[in-house]
Amino acid sequence: MRTYWWKILAVLFVTYGIIGGFLMPAPDNIGILGKTIRNLNFHVPMWFTMIILLFVSVIYSLMYLSSGDLKKDNMSSSMVKVAMLFGLMGLATGSFWARFTWGTWWIEDAKLNGAAIAMLIYTAYYILRNSIEDEIKRAKFSSVYNLFAFPIYIVLIIVYPRMAETSLHPASGDTVGFSTLDLDNNLRKVFYLSGLGWILMGVWLSTLKYRLTELKRKNEEI
Amino acid sequence: MRKYSILLLALSLSAVAQSPVDEVMYSSGKIYVVVAVLVIIFTLLAAYLVRLDKKITALEKKNEA
Repeated sequence: MRTYWWKILAVLFVTYGIIGGFLMPAPDNIGILGKTIRNLNFHVPMWFTMIILLFVSVIYSLMYLSSGDLKKDNMSSSMVKVAMLFGLMGLATGSFWARFTWGTWWIEDAKLNGAAIAMLIYTAYYILRNSIEDEIKRAKFSSVYNLFAFPIYIVLIIVYPRMAETSLHPASGDTVGFSTLDLDNNLRKVFYLSGLGWILMGVWLSTLKYRLTELKRKNEEI
Repeated sequence: MRKYSILLLALSLSAVAQSPVDEVMYSSGKIYVVVAVLVIIFTLLAAYLVRLDKKITALEKKNEA
């Protein structure tokens, strides 16, 4: 608990997101969405958190490759693993949301398929990591893999869905994002802080995973 | 029978809906109950994370010594 103020902020922001997400005024009358517009405060932050964690993990991969310090590699992989958890939560909540708005759990859509393939890329990262016994070799292989995985990930979940001709998902293909629907700025009042809160939660979880793995590593050395 | 059930419902409502907290919880289609449930879940989850964090800190200190 060296510096813990941001952990308090994480809890406060997410709590605010839960309360505000339900009770604050929101555009509740946009077509098939109805009140599910409020899912914006919970589904989208999952992906924000995943993207931020993966981005920071790339920085740690670079730091490992330039320094050879295994701690950096540990932090990088901890972040990827927690990011995967958030990605799974994003896929699950999105699928559930789709069932009661589009009427189906899954549909062939650039955004959905892109996100699914992106998850597979990081599943491969996980398998690659676990298949190498030697600590240093494992760190080098997975760091380099991580550097290549991230740009492909961004293309798959953001660029490719935007380039698609049609899509059901907001802000991809021919659809608009929620920012254009949020005329009174009511969503933003909750969404930004909620998103920041979830990102901080993700960072917190990653640091816990990192510290646990670090302890394990030290104990194995002795 | 129906008469009785309505009477019972009225009785039970008047029996529980007394404090200001109850007033809030019973308003707006009881949505506040859902909000409270989620807040409870998240608070406990966060408290567990804090405990985990402290335990790991303790282990780290022990390892350094």
